[in-house]
Amino acid sequence: MPVRKTPDKTLGESLRDHGLSRRGFLKFCAATASMMALPPSMVPVIAAALDAARRPSVIWLSFQECTGCTESLTRSHAPTLEDLILNIISLDYHHTLQAAAGEAAEEARLQAMEDNKGEYLVIVDGSIPGPDSNPGFSTVAGQSNYDILMETVEHAAAVIAVGTCAAFGGLPQANPNPTGARSVMDLVKDKPVINVSGCPPIPMVITGVLTHYLTFGRLPELDAYHRPLAFFGQSIHDRCYRRPFYDRGLFAESFDDEGAKLGWCLYRLGCKGPSTYNACATMKWNDGTSWPIESGHPCLGCSEPSFWDAGGFYEPLSVPITATSGAILAAGALGAVVGGAATVLAKKETKTIVAHRQPVTVEELEDKL
Amino acid sequence: MEQLSVTLGSKAPCAGKPQDHGHTLPILHEIRHALERLIATGEETRIDLNAMPFGPGDLDRLRAWLGTGEVQASVSAMGLTLIQETAIPGVWLVDYQNADSQRLTLHIEIAPVPEILRPQPQDLAEAIATLDARMDEGQSNPPRPS
Amino acid sequence: MSGSMEFLLWTKGPMFDIALAIFAIGLFARLAEIFLLGRKPNYAEPRAGEWLPGLRTVFTRTIADPGTFQRASFNVVVGWVWHIGFLIALLLFVPHAELIKGLFGIAWPALPNPVVDLVTAITLIALVATLVHRLTHPVKQRISTIEDYLVWTVVFLVVLTGYLAYHRLVNPYPVALGMHILMAEILLIILPFTKLTHIFTTFIARWYNGAAFGRKGVQS
Repeated sequence: MPVRKTPDKTLGESLRDHGLSRRGFLKFCAATASMMALPPSMVPVIAAALDAARRPSVIWLSFQECTGCTESLTRSHAPTLEDLILNIISLDYHHTLQAAAGEAAEEARLQAMEDNKGEYLVIVDGSIPGPDSNPGFSTVAGQSNYDILMETVEHAAAVIAVGTCAAFGGLPQANPNPTGARSVMDLVKDKPVINVSGCPPIPMVITGVLTHYLTFGRLPELDAYHRPLAFFGQSIHDRCYRRPFYDRGLFAESFDDEGAKLGWCLYRLGCKGPSTYNACATMKWNDGTSWPIESGHPCLGCSEPSFWDAGGFYEPLSVPITATSGAILAAGALGAVVGGAATVLAKKETKTIVAHRQPVTVEELEDKL
Repeated sequence: MEQLSVTLGSKAPCAGKPQDHGHTLPILHEIRHALERLIATGEETRIDLNAMPFGPGDLDRLRAWLGTGEVQASVSAMGLTLIQETAIPGVWLVDYQNADSQRLTLHIEIAPVPEILRPQPQDLAEAIATLDARMDEGQSNPPRPS
Repeated sequence: MSGSMEFLLWTKGPMFDIALAIFAIGLFARLAEIFLLGRKPNYAEPRAGEWLPGLRTVFTRTIADPGTFQRASFNVVVGWVWHIGFLIALLLFVPHAELIKGLFGIAWPALPNPVVDLVTAITLIALVATLVHRLTHPVKQRISTIEDYLVWTVVFLVVLTGYLAYHRLVNPYPVALGMHILMAEILLIILPFTKLTHIFTTFIARWYNGAAFGRKGVQS
């Protein structure tokens, strides 16, 4: 089987073999720092680390997903997908991208696991029907998603859950969750899990996390949701160029009013930026061309757990999910009835007391003394 | 195909100049501090503009503030890197592009000369050997001026 | 482990419905009872009308009379400060205005956030001052009940959690926002059953007082 082992060459050697000059390498490191959301002052450190780094073996597993995450990855321009899979990682298994098919493909996965035991990275996109679900809901080569995940993860160094489905359950887990979909971190408890959420995640964030692992040989610092802080450390709202309008109280009220045309804040049109943590505001999409809010659409909050079930996309964040004014009126009417009943009871009680009042005579009082 | 008729009742300048979002001034101040450090201690600074939450038009506004200086240079390694001096001496715009001319990142560099223009120390150490090698080869096979 | 988002969605969904139902049922029950019980019929001949003095008193009692101000200037000034601060934060903060618009369809302009932020900070300080005063003032100390402290705690926590959520001082953010919403829901739930009902009954009581004075022909 022509399966590649993790190459013995370091990244620096490999790049120089490709004829890359030292200036080219410096530029590569500057781009890498930018991609990892690190300050340019880190470039020398990155250069030293990358020079000696060795490519990790990566196994990419796709479960209940739409391939949007892979589509996103193929749009990465720094590094390009070619750079990524030729220089930064050794992508040993990926349904969609690999040439091999059928048994040869599965063999490649098992071989990579065997050759890089304890050192390979597993990337997962898509949610997984839990151990209690019908295993037939989603299978690859006749094996249930759950079994493949557990088998592959057993000797992995770490697991990277790419996309909101793998990170938090995403669309498959949305109410009523017919397949019993679970996230990777629901199922994998004994390995480090990094969540790169988003629907899809920004391509540069996927490659950024891989590059971070390659550069520093360890996993990046994570937030409470196991997401890398470098990319998910700040809310969309806090980094949004429209934030000054929010602070000044200038809002678009509909999608074609004056405010919308002047580029005012989209909070009232349902923007979930305040509760969403992602790097869209700085890294942007399509090679840095634009991002949803810049194109005039509120943030959907796609990198957050349960975003499908978190109320209407076009309802402001502070609006409750189910309550309506009709329900409040009904409750109020019920309250009025209760109050009416209480009044009737109170009046009746007063009447009874008045009717049965026994005047106390002076003699009775004197008897008691 | 029938043309869609669109009524424009808005007074808002749709195609006009984009709004100022107030993101240029803090960066200009950062550059000012960096220049102070460069003059006082020689410390160089790089600012990654890719990490800035710019809105439409913000980058152009910043470039207009900084102006255009005398020096333009390009480095051809792993795609082009375009260097432009701004109207402020010591402040450079360094545009790193990949082989497909897509921007990898855009830096403002506050330094006498941008890092990428200078020969790298390891390369410099090999400079004499490289020249000797070329002279040796030139003895037997003189290079033709193009 | 997406617990914190589930918590936020719970506070924005089922818990909000429950709190609002308890609030509406409790409040309307109390108001209906107050209005239906009314006052005992007064058979004395009225000396003047009831309506005008009643309405006037609803407003005039808002300003403390000079005597009250001299006797309890702290209560008047700090009371005023935090009540107004609370109302500004409640009604004129953009997300709150949106909530009211979403629920009832009524909308009004809101204040810029830095203004609401400053007002909230002042409200928090004023609320702490009222607690210190209550704990140190010899008379207040003795007349304070558990209910007084409960109500103070809930009101203070509503403002505090709102401030923390706005400044993102608690992580992850869904927990911060969820805590704020939950505290507001607890406030709604206890409102009809504690002295917080004064938000509504103050004006009814003032009207009854003013109307009674008007009927007797005395200054209201």
